[in-house]
Amino acid sequence: MPKVTVDGQELEVPAGATVLQACELAGKEIPRFCYHERLSIAGNCRMCLVEVKPGPPKPQASCALPAAEGQEIRTDSEMVKKAREGVMEFLLINHPLDCPICDQGGECDLQDQAMAYGRGGSRYHENKRAVTEKYMGPLIKTVMTRCIHCTRCVRFSEEIAGVDEIGALYRGENMQISTYLEHAARHEMSANVIDLCPVGALTSRPYAFEARPWELKKTLGIDVSDACGANIRIDSRGREVLRVLPRVNDDVNEEWISDKARYMVDGLTRRRLDKPYLRRDGKLVPVSWTEAFGAIASLNPGSRIAAVAGDLVDCETMFAAKALLGALGSSLLEGRQTGMDYDTSSLAAVNFNTTFAGIETADAILIVGSMVRWEAPLVNVRLRKAVKRGAKVFLVGPEWETTFGGVFLGEDLSVLGNLPEAVTQAFGDARRPAVIVGGAGLGRGGLDASLALAGRFNLVRDLEDCTKWNGFNVLHMAAARMGGLMLGFAQKGGIADLVAAKPKVLIALGADEVDYARFADSMIVYVGHHGDKGAHAADVVLPAAAYTEKAGTYVNTEGRVQMADKAVFAPGDAREDWSILRAMADAFGVSVGFDSFEELRAAMISQVPALGIEGLADYGSDLPAGGGSAAGGIAYPVKDFYMTNPIARASAVMQRCSAELLHGEDFAEAAE
Amino acid sequence: MADRYLEPDTPEIRARWGNFAWNPHWAEKARAAIARYPEGRQRSAVMALLDYAQRQVGEETRTQGWLPIPVMEFVARELDMPIIRVVEVATFYTMYNLVPVGRFHVQVCGTTPCMLRGSDDILAACRQRGMAPGHTTDDGLWTLTEVECMGNCASAPMVQINDDNYEDLTAERLDTVLDALARGETPKTGTQEPGRHTVEPLGGPTTLKDMVAENHDYRGEW
Repeated sequence: MPKVTVDGQELEVPAGATVLQACELAGKEIPRFCYHERLSIAGNCRMCLVEVKPGPPKPQASCALPAAEGQEIRTDSEMVKKAREGVMEFLLINHPLDCPICDQGGECDLQDQAMAYGRGGSRYHENKRAVTEKYMGPLIKTVMTRCIHCTRCVRFSEEIAGVDEIGALYRGENMQISTYLEHAARHEMSANVIDLCPVGALTSRPYAFEARPWELKKTLGIDVSDACGANIRIDSRGREVLRVLPRVNDDVNEEWISDKARYMVDGLTRRRLDKPYLRRDGKLVPVSWTEAFGAIASLNPGSRIAAVAGDLVDCETMFAAKALLGALGSSLLEGRQTGMDYDTSSLAAVNFNTTFAGIETADAILIVGSMVRWEAPLVNVRLRKAVKRGAKVFLVGPEWETTFGGVFLGEDLSVLGNLPEAVTQAFGDARRPAVIVGGAGLGRGGLDASLALAGRFNLVRDLEDCTKWNGFNVLHMAAARMGGLMLGFAQKGGIADLVAAKPKVLIALGADEVDYARFADSMIVYVGHHGDKGAHAADVVLPAAAYTEKAGTYVNTEGRVQMADKAVFAPGDAREDWSILRAMADAFGVSVGFDSFEELRAAMISQVPALGIEGLADYGSDLPAGGGSAAGGIAYPVKDFYMTNPIARASAVMQRCSAELLHGEDFAEAAE
Repeated sequence: MADRYLEPDTPEIRARWGNFAWNPHWAEKARAAIARYPEGRQRSAVMALLDYAQRQVGEETRTQGWLPIPVMEFVARELDMPIIRVVEVATFYTMYNLVPVGRFHVQVCGTTPCMLRGSDDILAACRQRGMAPGHTTDDGLWTLTEVECMGNCASAPMVQINDDNYEDLTAERLDTVLDALARGETPKTGTQEPGRHTVEPLGGPTTLKDMVAENHDYRGEW
């Protein structure tokens, strides 16, 4: 623990800290461009110069200098001021003065730091360098003349994403950042380089020239594009969501989000259901809310009513549906749309128990039936970190391109009962072993067989530091899954139980993946926001709110309860889901016990207290013994990363990503 | 250097170089280069392999050689490393030619000592023979590049042609060298000054004269 003095203030810093970190601990702001907490240290922008004694009599780059005992650091001396001005002047030599037409304007590190640490004017009268644009795909817009060569994007794609595709070509003044032969960046996290770029060289292509940051209303939200529950900031203007940015949450998404989470929001204004529809003579015709409710109530289903929750719905919506069905005497609730029927009696057995931060520390990992890169890109980032720390990874399932190596053991689940020596050896030696069961590994006995492995390899154990380690993980793909399971949206036989019960009315809460042909005799009431598969099959369509248009509670695959706020209003006649279900209760003439969102949330929390506390829900650590044998080939459910939910399917940006990045279609650049 | 660019990845280039593979000579060299580094660090050999690849391309095209994109991809495969990292190295070092060059790559040093000693005349002599900086002559014989200091300041001005340096040049001496090369001969490398061996001072030593005869100890005289 070295003791250093920063501007006369003495403080003790953790061993291994850099001078920059020491200055930050002392509350001093150190300007920087290339340094980033989550990337390796490059030390090439020189903006973080400080004066350090003892040492050479010149300013030193604080980001790459270890803090040592007895250092006297000054961040406020004349030398430092002059050094910063000098570096800033050099950086601005080739940086164009085009802030008025730059999308980074208003949230630009260079702009801010030039104001704070730069000289008042320029002494440079020669010609500036100009660099051609580099094509980086449908999401990243480049204006490379603005690049200051911090190499954050290069380090991100190499270290975090694990796909080496961005590099710094040529040298000196001619250095240029480019993808290989200007191919599009092809990974699921590519757009994070836009946030990392401290200048306007890499900006968002779909959001180009849309708005200035100070015009936007910022709402804290939770991403629903996968089950990770990434923390996002929803930037909206008027009634439109313009963009989504990640928020920092070290436990969940660090400060990354997937491209889908970031860019599916343009789908929120397309294919929207904005008025109620009723099927008459085989055709959906617009009707009033009263007519729509009348049509449902006239069926008088009594307890022969069922509800299926979609992948994107919040806990409040599911609870409102549960309360409505309960008032009618039914408990036919299901959330696993595609027919999964794994046992949910123990939630710990279907939860990501190590937590995302914990999986980084695992030293042996067996992934059963999960194409993590597409199903949970944020977990993929964590797995890469684990492997960098020395974890051994084994995968069961068809081969996919991992970013962390790993050994594929075979495509058939039966390998779980007959693991190769290398796996048993690795798990025997491991101090923190972990198993991750993905969506494709849950069925056909996969969950039970994996639970048996959990027992065999002793995945639940006390660690040497007296903390509990539960290495059994289930990686879901639906944002609504864990919340749904906590609220009892699971039948023993899965959705087949609902089919067998032959309900008169089936309420589909944004459920678009259900095989509705099996419910041919039921009246299908679709409560959702997009005209997708569910609405096509529906007899009544009730327009509801998307995730940006309602406050809600979401539980991610770790069992982490998180709450989101409402950013904008739903379009047209669409209403928030809970109020639709509340009005439906009136139509049926039953009471659900709440009249406002607050009352609904209070009722939900009184029934499931864990949903009222933000953070990890406690499911205990006792796993069922499992057993049995699993067999059958694994087929990953996600066929197209960019098209997994109705919002993404409606999004023009996601459609183009899918066509260009996955299906190899060529989009010629329009002449500008 | 500012003129450096990657030759576009055209179908013709792919057709010509897509099947690039080591010939036995360079395969042996490449194996030796990779073996110099510990297991798992084989990508450290990238610079050597790029050089060998450029030389083999040179042998196949009877030029100094260059690095087509498919050849860089071949090197990346050989070393199991991302192609962008190979391209970064190849674009950084000016010794790797990114575009096709002629039989002889004439690199004229134009940095201050050479300039003071008449590198402008050297460049003019090259131009006289039809060369232009950054271009290859129509007969495919000469490619001219103006480069920065090559470290031969004591025998300036100099040019580097392929692997050899020619120093103490005048326009006439350069012409002699180039004519000899064009005829397929191997002119004397190094200094072209008659009577000079390397970079010893012209007209005898001017400093440390006592060192000529013996290992003189100057320390007492300081």
